[in-house]
Amino acid sequence: MNGALGGFFDIPSDLQHSYPGLIGLHLREALLPVLAGLLLALPLAQLCVRLRRLYPPVLAVTTVLYAIPSLAFFVVLIDYTGQTELRVMIPLAVYSLVVLVPAIVDGVRSVPEETLAAATAMGFGPVRRYLQVQLPIAVPAIVAGLRVATVSSISLVSVGALIGNQGALGNLLAAAQKYDRPVLAVNSVLTTAVLAILCDALLVLARVLLTPWMPAAGRRRPRQAAGPEPARPREATR
Amino acid sequence: MIRIEEVTKRYPDGTVAVDRLCLEIPDRAITVLVGPSGCGKTTTLRMINRMVEPSEGAIYLDGADIRRRPVTALRRSMGYVIQNAGLFQHRTILDNIATVPRMLGWGKRRARERAAELMERVGLDASLAGRYPYQLSGGQQQRVGVARALAADPPVLLMDEPFSAVDPVVRKGLQDELLRIQDELGKTIVFVTHDIDEAIKLGTRVAVLRTGGRLAQFAPPAELLSDPADSFVEDFLGADRGIRRLSFFPSDGLELTTDPVVRAGATAERTGGFGAPYLLVTDAQGRPLGWSRPQDLAAGGADPGRLLPYGRPFVPGTDSLRAALDCAVLSPTGWAVAVDSGGRVTGVVSQQTIGEAIRGAHAGERAAGEVAR
Repeated sequence: MNGALGGFFDIPSDLQHSYPGLIGLHLREALLPVLAGLLLALPLAQLCVRLRRLYPPVLAVTTVLYAIPSLAFFVVLIDYTGQTELRVMIPLAVYSLVVLVPAIVDGVRSVPEETLAAATAMGFGPVRRYLQVQLPIAVPAIVAGLRVATVSSISLVSVGALIGNQGALGNLLAAAQKYDRPVLAVNSVLTTAVLAILCDALLVLARVLLTPWMPAAGRRRPRQAAGPEPARPREATR
Repeated sequence: MIRIEEVTKRYPDGTVAVDRLCLEIPDRAITVLVGPSGCGKTTTLRMINRMVEPSEGAIYLDGADIRRRPVTALRRSMGYVIQNAGLFQHRTILDNIATVPRMLGWGKRRARERAAELMERVGLDASLAGRYPYQLSGGQQQRVGVARALAADPPVLLMDEPFSAVDPVVRKGLQDELLRIQDELGKTIVFVTHDIDEAIKLGTRVAVLRTGGRLAQFAPPAELLSDPADSFVEDFLGADRGIRRLSFFPSDGLELTTDPVVRAGATAERTGGFGAPYLLVTDAQGRPLGWSRPQDLAAGGADPGRLLPYGRPFVPGTDSLRAALDCAVLSPTGWAVAVDSGGRVTGVVSQQTIGEAIRGAHAGERAAGEVAR
């Protein structure tokens, strides 16, 4: 033992990964499901926006899915996927979906009525209107949903450790017990937290870059900036 | 010309928004649809670009049924301005304005050049081009809305209460701007409002609709004020339609007199000889300073503190009889002051003379009406 953090990066060989390897695996297992969830959520949310009556039942079903403990999910899936990464990623994708559908629906619905009417009146067809007006304006809401989904996915991957060492950084928790090396548990928790914070920061950065049209204070409804007509508009702060 | 023929809009729940409406909307003029809420004016407007489909009847644009054109092509040929502007908050001002040209397949550069040109036309500073809607005031946003509607130079402009959400001062500016733009461009404009004053100010013709979507009267604004078709129209016009009607009579026929006009510092005999109860004192350039009794002027000179206010002068030829009368009513002496465009006094006129001119104008109009019949 050399100091409190001795052996911090000394990963037991039975995990079959270096420290960076574990991080890569963890990110893959956490983020691919979020991506899959997003790709499924977009059309599902659009369906819910267009067919208003569909939304409450969809919301009910996804909420129930969210209530299923991940371990139960893993047990059910074992017959179909075996001891693979997929077994971890499918539940995570479902959880992402559950978070993202309402986020996107709310985002798309937040587009002001007169903006939609103006788009329609200018000759936007439904597809063009969705892609060029509704979706871009929903970006802040979608990113807000993605942040929740991403952070929870990164933390949930660790549960995979309980089923055949598919927990990436979570496996360090099991190893800490097995080899009586608490430092590995510290490593697991710290690294997972740092990953979550970094991914979250990247999403915030992406949102800022994608939405130069948002007031800097982060207000969602822009029209409040209206002042008396002759007043000079706010000067850009340089 | 847009012809609305026997159009009815009935909703599934049985409400009738528009009831057998017939209107002929002339080219290159502003036709205003006005009425209380629930009179079907917005529904009517939205049937012209097929955002609402009529239950019965048909609408023709230059003789062709609008249903025979693809709906997006029809809409791109009609500019649309909406309350609160409905700007795309995620696009810059320039890109908002360039929207329809881009959809019509214009190159990016040409569309943006066109947008910049329109910003100038609607009175927006070029420095706003790269900004986003949230950085603009309500009035500026509405100007962008008008520019966006004009971008592809559509022959028809549909305006749905475009100026209702801005304060009165800004609204007046936008209205004046619209009239100026219309002078230059000569679009066929259909304008929806619930504000009868706006209708009378902007409309070449005004269609008054009543609750339930029925046409009460379709006439030029002056005729609406002089001959309301029924008590509904009369009530809707409000109490002072006689006064407001004077806006349509020019003031250039008024007989002005310069007898009681004196320059400050004029000699005593110059100020004493008219027998007028009041004299209007002007400065050396001929601009009005105020009214004074002849004896006060003789005694104390033209001390500005002792002069009576002259109210708000009118410009003959530019202002209407309404402005002249208003000026006379505001003046404590009962006389209105006429000035030229440079603010120099051209004469004064009494309430009595204005009253005679009003009677004359009414008589002239009646005679013209009989000839027309």
